[in-house]
Amino acid sequence: MTGTSLRTYLLTRIGLVLPMVFILLTVVFLLMRVAPGNPIQASLGGHVPAPVIKQIEHRLGFDKPLLTQYGNYLWDIVRGNFGTTITDNRPLSQIIKQNGAATLELTFFAMLIAIAVGVVIGLLAGRFRDTSIDVFGRLFGIVTYATPVFFLGLLAQLVFGVWLGWLPISDQASPVTQALLKTHTNILFVDAIIDGNGGALWDVTKHLILPATTLGLATAGIFIRLIRVNVIRTLRDDYIEAARARGIVERRVVFSHAFKNALVPVITVIGLNLALLLGGAVLTETTFNWPGIGHELVLYLENRDYAAVQGIIIVFALVVVAVSVLVDFLNAYVDPRIRY
Amino acid sequence: MSVVTPPARTPYGRARLIALGRTTKPIREASGIARGMLWAGAAITLFFVVLAVFAPLISPYAFNQYKSGGVRFPQLGHPSAAHWMGTTVQSSDVMARVIYGAQTELKVVVIALVMALTTGVPLGLISGYFGGALDRVLVLIMDALFAFPYLLIAIVIAFLLSSSSIGQGVLTAAIAITAAYVPLYFRVVRNHVISVREEPYVDAARALGARPRTVIRKYVFFNVVQNVPPIATLNAADAILLLAALGFLGYGIQPTQGAEWGYDINRAVSDAASGIWWTGLFPGLAIVLLVTGLTLVGEGLSETLNPVLRRRRFGRIEFDPLAPERPE
Repeated sequence: MTGTSLRTYLLTRIGLVLPMVFILLTVVFLLMRVAPGNPIQASLGGHVPAPVIKQIEHRLGFDKPLLTQYGNYLWDIVRGNFGTTITDNRPLSQIIKQNGAATLELTFFAMLIAIAVGVVIGLLAGRFRDTSIDVFGRLFGIVTYATPVFFLGLLAQLVFGVWLGWLPISDQASPVTQALLKTHTNILFVDAIIDGNGGALWDVTKHLILPATTLGLATAGIFIRLIRVNVIRTLRDDYIEAARARGIVERRVVFSHAFKNALVPVITVIGLNLALLLGGAVLTETTFNWPGIGHELVLYLENRDYAAVQGIIIVFALVVVAVSVLVDFLNAYVDPRIRY
Repeated sequence: MSVVTPPARTPYGRARLIALGRTTKPIREASGIARGMLWAGAAITLFFVVLAVFAPLISPYAFNQYKSGGVRFPQLGHPSAAHWMGTTVQSSDVMARVIYGAQTELKVVVIALVMALTTGVPLGLISGYFGGALDRVLVLIMDALFAFPYLLIAIVIAFLLSSSSIGQGVLTAAIAITAAYVPLYFRVVRNHVISVREEPYVDAARALGARPRTVIRKYVFFNVVQNVPPIATLNAADAILLLAALGFLGYGIQPTQGAEWGYDINRAVSDAASGIWWTGLFPGLAIVLLVTGLTLVGEGLSETLNPVLRRRRFGRIEFDPLAPERPE
């Protein structure tokens, strides 16, 4: 009975998301095609003979009518073909597999740090509203929000990398580790565990600490803010009053009644946070020379590789949409009131 | 002989003044932290506005000046008496770049916010008021864009514009930032319009035969637009971060056109590896300080204007200000 209604909810949600995906894809197509200038010429530099350009245009289907191009473009994406880069002829699927894994590793740990920091500070600030703890917590939230992730990264590099010399300041692992580690998942952290290679795991972790902490702190603010407001609101609710009236110890009221309910929306915020996190990942990866998909995007932008930029943007769009559906589904699973 | 009546004396002007007083009342009555946040934020923001406006008077050098009196400034010079914040690898003065940077940030953010407001608000008004197919299509597009990382929207727009005839510069950066924020204003305004549309006074205006234009302009607009200041302030803070991010990635302002903090930090990343801290620290601190200031104003505003979170200094006793005055 619960199962069917949950399934109906999920199906409805997916049905609603399809037009959104379609619109995003259309916007990307229009932006890339209507853009002024010849994209192929731009990505190859000015000195390419006309026949070569014609040939590449033909290969990419740029010489067909716009509507045909649009149809092919959509059909390719449906089949999971995101295209090939112009500048180095690399299939997008390879970029997703290799660089996407690095981004996944970075964003996953960053998210963990953001949640941990956000939950602790948010709960404290909300519980002790208008005290010095609250002021500190909110200032912390505002300052971490106000600090650009690349500036925080720069400071972390200076202090922990250059002055103290504790941690490496760039790349995903040292060259030795990268050469020796066997590839299973492309996520180096997981690969090291699968291999049971302690040295590699330590090396990968060391490289991960600064970028993940930087990105995590920069995105913790949204958790702090939301959890604080939620705690304040929950502590005012009738059932808290009722619990107090029943003579339940204040500590118990706060911990098992208020905090628990204040934490439910965290799932929603994870979804909201993802867009922020992906944007931040582009900057963090660039700062720390992290070989993720965002760093790759920046490189292809510099080379004016339209096909690569288009493919990576589509990947980002699909990830955002998929996660938003997943978050809604989790929410519906946790809180039956959401289902309709 | 023409008699000029001071507007505040006329009943209409007086009512208006009182209405103004009433709107600002929550701000005056704000208590404790919200009040402190509001004023601290306003002071910080004002400081940067002064820096921006009087940059040529305050700054010791021009932002792209690398020599003075025929003598070239030191490269990557430590902070000293002549260069309080040191010099960059191109020998320009870091302090001058920080001060002129305030000018760039303010210019871009003001243009971007004005453009985002003048696009997002009318679209939201029309879409929310008329509803129908147009509304549905606009909502779908805006929601799709809203879910997307706005940094990426800005990057793509800046990327596409920089290869067009507009090129890189203040306008390109501003348009890129605008594109990232229009969906936000659209959503806020549209959702509010939908609830205001059903209010009795709007119905009444419609029943009296007012044209949609008049209804929107006179009745809906002013009730909806009240939500905008806190959002716009927080948005300004966000826009500064976005501009810095664009600059950091090389899609901001051309180095010859003006100083930009994000671009300077990008240059400083390679300095940091060799322990040079001053080229990145000061532009970074400027960003943190200005964004903090604007955020404090925005948070303070929304906290004082939002009845759920508001705490007043005074009790809730209110006298009708328009009631006949009691004899002294």
